[in-house]
Amino acid sequence: MTRQNLSIALTGSGGSGVMTTGSMLLEIAAKAGWYGFMGRSAGPQIRGGEAAALIRVSSEPIESPDDSFDLVLAIDPGSFGRFVAEIPLRTDSLIISDAEGGRRSSPLPETPAQVLDLPMKKLAKTVKGGRPNMIALGVVAKVIGLPESTIFPILEKFLKSKGPEALEASWACVQVGYEAASDLPTFESPPINNESATDRWSITGNEAAGLGAVRGGVRFVAAYPITPATEVLEWLADALPKVGGVLVQAEDELASINQIIGASFGGKPSLTATSGPGLALMTESIGLAVCSEVPVVVLDVMRCGPSTGIATKSEQSDLNIATAGLHGDAPHLVLSPTSVTDCVFTTQWAVHLAESLQTAAIVLSDQSLGQTRAIINKPADIAFIARRLIPDQLELEQFEEQYYRYAVGDSGVSPMAIPGQVGGQYTADGLEHNEAGAPSSLPEDHLAQLDKRERKINGFDYGKHWADLEGEGETAIITWGSTTGPVREALSRLRAQGEDIRLIAIRLLAPERPGEMAAALKGVKRLLVVEQSHSKQFHRYLRAAYDLPAAIRVFNRPGPLPFRPNEIIEQLADWSAES
Amino acid sequence: MTETTACTLLQPKEYKSKVKPVWCPGCGDFGVLGSITKALSGLQIQPENAAIISGIGCSSRMPTYLRTYGFHGVHGRALALATGLKVARPELTVIATGGDGDGFSIGGNHFLHTCRRNPNMTYIVMDNQVYGMTKGQASPTTDPNWEKGKLTPGGTGINPFQPLVIALASGANFIARCSSSDSNGTARVIMEAIRHPGFSMVQILSPCVTFRPEQRDWKNLVKPAQMEATTDPAQAARRLLTDEGLYTGILFRGDRPAYQPMPEPSIDNIAELDEEFRI
Repeated sequence: MTRQNLSIALTGSGGSGVMTTGSMLLEIAAKAGWYGFMGRSAGPQIRGGEAAALIRVSSEPIESPDDSFDLVLAIDPGSFGRFVAEIPLRTDSLIISDAEGGRRSSPLPETPAQVLDLPMKKLAKTVKGGRPNMIALGVVAKVIGLPESTIFPILEKFLKSKGPEALEASWACVQVGYEAASDLPTFESPPINNESATDRWSITGNEAAGLGAVRGGVRFVAAYPITPATEVLEWLADALPKVGGVLVQAEDELASINQIIGASFGGKPSLTATSGPGLALMTESIGLAVCSEVPVVVLDVMRCGPSTGIATKSEQSDLNIATAGLHGDAPHLVLSPTSVTDCVFTTQWAVHLAESLQTAAIVLSDQSLGQTRAIINKPADIAFIARRLIPDQLELEQFEEQYYRYAVGDSGVSPMAIPGQVGGQYTADGLEHNEAGAPSSLPEDHLAQLDKRERKINGFDYGKHWADLEGEGETAIITWGSTTGPVREALSRLRAQGEDIRLIAIRLLAPERPGEMAAALKGVKRLLVVEQSHSKQFHRYLRAAYDLPAAIRVFNRPGPLPFRPNEIIEQLADWSAES
Repeated sequence: MTETTACTLLQPKEYKSKVKPVWCPGCGDFGVLGSITKALSGLQIQPENAAIISGIGCSSRMPTYLRTYGFHGVHGRALALATGLKVARPELTVIATGGDGDGFSIGGNHFLHTCRRNPNMTYIVMDNQVYGMTKGQASPTTDPNWEKGKLTPGGTGINPFQPLVIALASGANFIARCSSSDSNGTARVIMEAIRHPGFSMVQILSPCVTFRPEQRDWKNLVKPAQMEATTDPAQAARRLLTDEGLYTGILFRGDRPAYQPMPEPSIDNIAELDEEFRI
């Protein structure tokens, strides 16, 4: 049987260059005509510690890690030891390691896989300025069947800024590695698929979210660096000036959220990106955006929590704070992309919704989406752009004395004047207010404004984008965010065997969509909940928000271990066996 | 045309909204409200082109009482919100207002970094050395021996924050002190502050007659600074560190360029951003 995909892990100590090597390998594979992705796993250290590039290449578009890895290239044995749990291996998996690499005190751990020793460190020393990671690149390229000629152009692209000597040394190392691997066993590689090759992109989830924001109309971003969201902000810092926008590096997250509220009050669609600790700091002011009805988008690239948690690794544990973390009754939007590609759409849609509904939107991405670089088909252009209801001058002139910024109206969305508009002056306020925006502690004003802010969000027509729905069966899996990838792959494997399981992957987590959910669950007898949270946050959320079938099973675990398709299939099989 | 313009000069009272202030009778903030309206009238800034931004506290109620655009945000974050607005809309006149607790305690970090960043806007702090809205606790500018603070019986025992020294050290481009009792003088200083490029810091001694009744005496104690505003930070520092906090006037005028990034677009079509992702 032809192998449709290959999973490869490159491990080394931090600073040994495995991430660069992995990025090069992915790009070489993409040029050759494969789809694929590279996830990143790292310790917290900037230098030292350990790092792993987790790659999967395939003939078809893919968005899930496989059940196990086929090939591991361990530049030193010790670093691989830190990733045993994250890199499952089989008896026919192959580890190529260098017993002389790294510290002698850290031998390769027990493993079911076959192990081959290759003196990469020694080979690198045969080249002036040579490094073991470039030897490794040559070795992997040879073993997985990438032609040697495809490597140089990518090396040139990556090393352009390092000067001709670095390029020469790296290329020499790659050739030495390629040669040294000629005695090693080779893998049967996935067939090359060049059908749509001209329309393929190489993009990370963080870049995709940045692109979605700009496409949606965001022109002001305030930024405070935080792992693993920083790349969104760095990408935007370059991209925004090109379109006449601006990114301001703020002094802290309290400043970022308030700067974007100020800029949006001034009429510019605005966004900030952060991770859990930053989101926690921002929650008071997200409530201000809700109460004062100023549109903002906050992208939270989730990592393991609580507190500082594991800053470099993924988890779906900010669902509680995102949906229910604001004080008072503060209806707002919470969305989550279901794949790297979908980071473009969901972020763009969030901008559109926040602007249309004059409220705060929180987008929950996570480290595994954000820092994964994927080879994808070019994401479709989407028509959603920022479209805020702004009064025209005639409308404002109809107000004799006072513009009613917070007029209750039918839809709950009231025209929002922008500074500079004559006759539109009002004070945006986090104090409860009346329709004119004057502070009010009257119960009737409080009720009317609470109703207004809830009605505009609940009454909006979100269309079919609230969730990704697939399949028809009586058993369904419900999930959200990055776990959608493995669930999709599990279901497609089962479908290939003739078993139809339904998929419900929620994109719009708030406001709840009871009507749409009832339709999606119609005929479902058993529901498997899949989520990456220790306390079953998603399961609790579903219980509180929706009518669910009686037969429910929860497959949850905390980060950072990703879900793998075979585990999901096993869950379903175990459940069937029990009943 | 000239005649019509003359007829439509905006008077100070035309900058006032109809909302009645919540302040206690005799509060210094009434005087500051008057000074702000006089300054806006003096510069003939159209109400729709000005935005008053505040946080939380008695003096932070200011935006509601003005007929400009306004934002009454959360506690301590007025400067951050105002910075976002000013960067996004450089043509607007942006004024942040608030008190000593809002600006120097909960908002202290934004104060430092807004001075550093130097956006072209004005910050008016009504300093009464007490938290009034929460009924009388010591603030960062309270004297260490003030014993009536309910959270610090016996006094805070810690040195007061020196906002103008900090503003100077952090890079504010214009520094002034006023007294709410001198409505016209304060208005003139606010006009200068608005005109001066970069971040202008105006501290206004504004008595809390309810919790610090002794501050009624400030109007007799303040005195105009003896010297012209200096452009030399070292000289300004010496003056600010030794003036006991009661000299009024413009104390420092810097010449740092204002922070104003808002570039012209360099590409015509957003689709050009796609190019970097293409394999």
